[in-house]
Amino acid sequence: MSTTLNVNGKLLTVDIPDDTPVLWTLRDILGMTGTKFGCGMALCGACTFHLDGAPTRACITPISATVGKKITTIEAIGADSVGKRVQKAWLDLGVPQCGYCQSGQIMAATALLKQNPQPSETDIDTAMSGNICRCGTYPRIRAAIKLAAAMNGGV
Amino acid sequence: MATEQGNVDVINMSRRSFLGAIPATGLVLAVRFPQLAVAADQPKYGADAMPNAWVDNPLVFVAIDSNGTVTITCHRQEMGQGIRTSLPMVVADELEADWNRVRVKQATAGEARFGNQDTDGSRSMRHFFEPMRRCGAAARTMLEQAAAVQWGVPLAEVSASLHEVVHRATNRKLGYGALAIAASQLPVPARETLRLKTPAQFRYIGKGEVKIVDGLDFVAGRGMYGIDTRLPGMLYAVVARPAVYGGKVVSYDSSATLKVPGVVRVVEISGTPPPSEFQPLGGVAVIATNTWAAIQGRKALKVQWDDGPNGSYDSTAYKAELETATRNPALVARNQGDVAAAMIDAARHVQADYYIPHMTQAPMEPPAATAQIVNGRCEVWAAVQAPQATHDRISKRLGLSPDRVIVNVTLLGGGFGRKSKPDYAVEAALLSQAMNGKPVKVTWTREDDIQHSYYHTVSAEHLEAGLNASGRPIAWLHRSAAPTFGSIFGPDPKHEQAFDLGMGLVDVPFDIPNLRIENPEAAAHTRVGWYRSVSNIPHAFAIQSFVAELAAAAGRDPKDYLLELLGPPRRIDPRTINAPWNYTESPLLYPLDTGRLRRVIETAAREAVWDRPMPAGHGLGIAAHYSFVSYVAAVVEVAVNDKGELSIPRVDIAFDCGPQVNPERIRTQLEGACVMGIGNTLLSEITFKAGRVEQSNFHDYQIARMNIAPRDIRVHLIPSEFGVPLGGVGEPGVPPIAPALCNAIFAATGKRIRRLPVADQLST
Repeated sequence: MSTTLNVNGKLLTVDIPDDTPVLWTLRDILGMTGTKFGCGMALCGACTFHLDGAPTRACITPISATVGKKITTIEAIGADSVGKRVQKAWLDLGVPQCGYCQSGQIMAATALLKQNPQPSETDIDTAMSGNICRCGTYPRIRAAIKLAAAMNGGV
Repeated sequence: MATEQGNVDVINMSRRSFLGAIPATGLVLAVRFPQLAVAADQPKYGADAMPNAWVDNPLVFVAIDSNGTVTITCHRQEMGQGIRTSLPMVVADELEADWNRVRVKQATAGEARFGNQDTDGSRSMRHFFEPMRRCGAAARTMLEQAAAVQWGVPLAEVSASLHEVVHRATNRKLGYGALAIAASQLPVPARETLRLKTPAQFRYIGKGEVKIVDGLDFVAGRGMYGIDTRLPGMLYAVVARPAVYGGKVVSYDSSATLKVPGVVRVVEISGTPPPSEFQPLGGVAVIATNTWAAIQGRKALKVQWDDGPNGSYDSTAYKAELETATRNPALVARNQGDVAAAMIDAARHVQADYYIPHMTQAPMEPPAATAQIVNGRCEVWAAVQAPQATHDRISKRLGLSPDRVIVNVTLLGGGFGRKSKPDYAVEAALLSQAMNGKPVKVTWTREDDIQHSYYHTVSAEHLEAGLNASGRPIAWLHRSAAPTFGSIFGPDPKHEQAFDLGMGLVDVPFDIPNLRIENPEAAAHTRVGWYRSVSNIPHAFAIQSFVAELAAAAGRDPKDYLLELLGPPRRIDPRTINAPWNYTESPLLYPLDTGRLRRVIETAAREAVWDRPMPAGHGLGIAAHYSFVSYVAAVVEVAVNDKGELSIPRVDIAFDCGPQVNPERIRTQLEGACVMGIGNTLLSEITFKAGRVEQSNFHDYQIARMNIAPRDIRVHLIPSEFGVPLGGVGEPGVPPIAPALCNAIFAATGKRIRRLPVADQLST
């Protein structure tokens, strides 16, 4: 069964069952490995991507649910002005340790800042507590979100 | 010891490429090493005590191409500690290389060439700082010699500076690229002739200004981890493994599995019975054209298992068993004075029992590996902490000679000890073999990871103290019962081994005249494995909690009481307290220095403003611990509301690891260790019922998230001169967190936590 996806502005057709999650479609079929597997149950946020701009867990989203919508992944987030600021803040503050969860963290943080340019501490908790970092980079993630917010229009 | 020229056979390979990514010209040589000659009767410590020890030959680690690009090989694995930045940075500093012109290449498995590659035990910088400095200095010397020859001037008149060699008298300059080929023709200078920089000359070391080399890849999703490997024609596998350690497949029915679209084949893997070491648990593999199809196929699989003798392992019953064991006299691990007599003399007695459950590392990248076999050679790509062990186990299991196995190491999406055990890489090799050499990637789902791990031990800790009239302990008895990770390597010794005992139990540095430490029997019923900071977790939790309990009993300030127990500053030879293991470090270079432990306590207390007034519901707790030859103290502030909900406004950590090569990455390790320690304390527990792990994913095996992370972690690094031996960094930050946090809970609420995790104990 073929399904057409709009991934980072490109239309791509895949021939797999349409209940296949976006995660494995990106990673195994399309070869885009920036979106990470962490739990398969929307518990850790490592696979966060944007579906029409909304932060979404790729591991539980079947490709059938994305038809006619825009998929944005970590590979393209630097083309977004907010995403670019978030990436810069992450580098400036040395956030990543092993780096594995950071794709999802950056996607979640970018979605937060696009919707709420000046988030409070509680807003950050709410938006980011679904994204697990086993290395424990949370204090720097928090600081980097604030830095990216402060950079508004700066990059 | 022989000189470098004496025991190294250099083969000039400058016209060929011996490592794939390195250009074919320039300073590119290969080298064959005989083992370093060490007298058999000489005890070996530090890097010398590790398999294949260390190598400091620049021809192994440094390549310079004709355009001046310096490629430095990193032979330790990156799992978040920043080692791919820090070790090459050390080489680059002594080499006087411009960091902007340095590339980092990851070594394949090959300890005979690179020295020890087993990335655990908080050893990478501790063991390789000096060899990597010599490596850089030797390469720099070769470049200087090449320039001096070219100019016909004495070597003493030239010096390297930021990627070029300068003749000071004439201000002539030659870049590293222009000198590379000539330098490659020169012999490697003898080790004892090298001029190392003085610390004042360091350009990168100790500054914390170099950004991590993988940063740009990390923020753009370009980092390649074990799970990200892709090869042409690759198949994807998941494995149904026995739920019980030592369980076996009786029979299986794959008819429904084979109907799942994308499933290619179902293959049985035979397991290695306990002790199964690093070999697979066995089971039934489903091989498909993508991971999702393999997962769906596994769901449709019907397997009948024989659980074997561990099928009755039950955490509730085992906890009672361990606690009973600690109530009776047991194997003596350390004894000084006469505890029994001193207990009789004591004015009062205090005792407490602590329990610390199994936990699992749960790295965010679950175990994953890919293998293919081409022309009888097995090539593997895997996220492994121990590449040589991976290489050896695959070679053994597949019956291939060692030269027919190649292990490429990817980035690790976290390790924490799980990826020291390469069972998943062996699975990938076996499945490729079953598929006639086709590339096969094995991915562990999160359920696989949580239910088939190598678990942090489970322990019961019983402490008793006799206090004199002024509240000071005159007798101390500690019984610690925990299965040892030694049980995965051979017949279960059922007692803590030197490395378990030496992690904060027998090496308790208190100045107490009568002290006795005992270790009751504890059999392992699952794969016990090391987990970041290992047995220091239960030992520090019990000991540092008990100190605070004694302080409360004596009506004393817990910080002052802790300092008093440590006694006057002194350097303890670990052999004199029956702790000869000492993280395999020399007792003379690395005595247990109570002065350093006092200093981190005093620093953390001062920086945290220990005496500051606390709002209602807030409390401060302190704990300190020596591990991995470093010294840490933590002061945790907690706030507990009337519903028993806890938050952590602030943590102050004082850390003394000796000289700090990359202070920025040391801070991040301490921050991360703090967050992990908080998860250990508040949330994480693996339990067994009928031999099976009861948890399966992050909803029931919980780890710290943003909402529980401290709002403010302040890391205070104790200044140290280069020349002091380096301490470990990755692990020592974890152990003091649990007791400091529970001591803070006591200060805030009056409730004493003796069983981890805290979970709902504050609301019930």
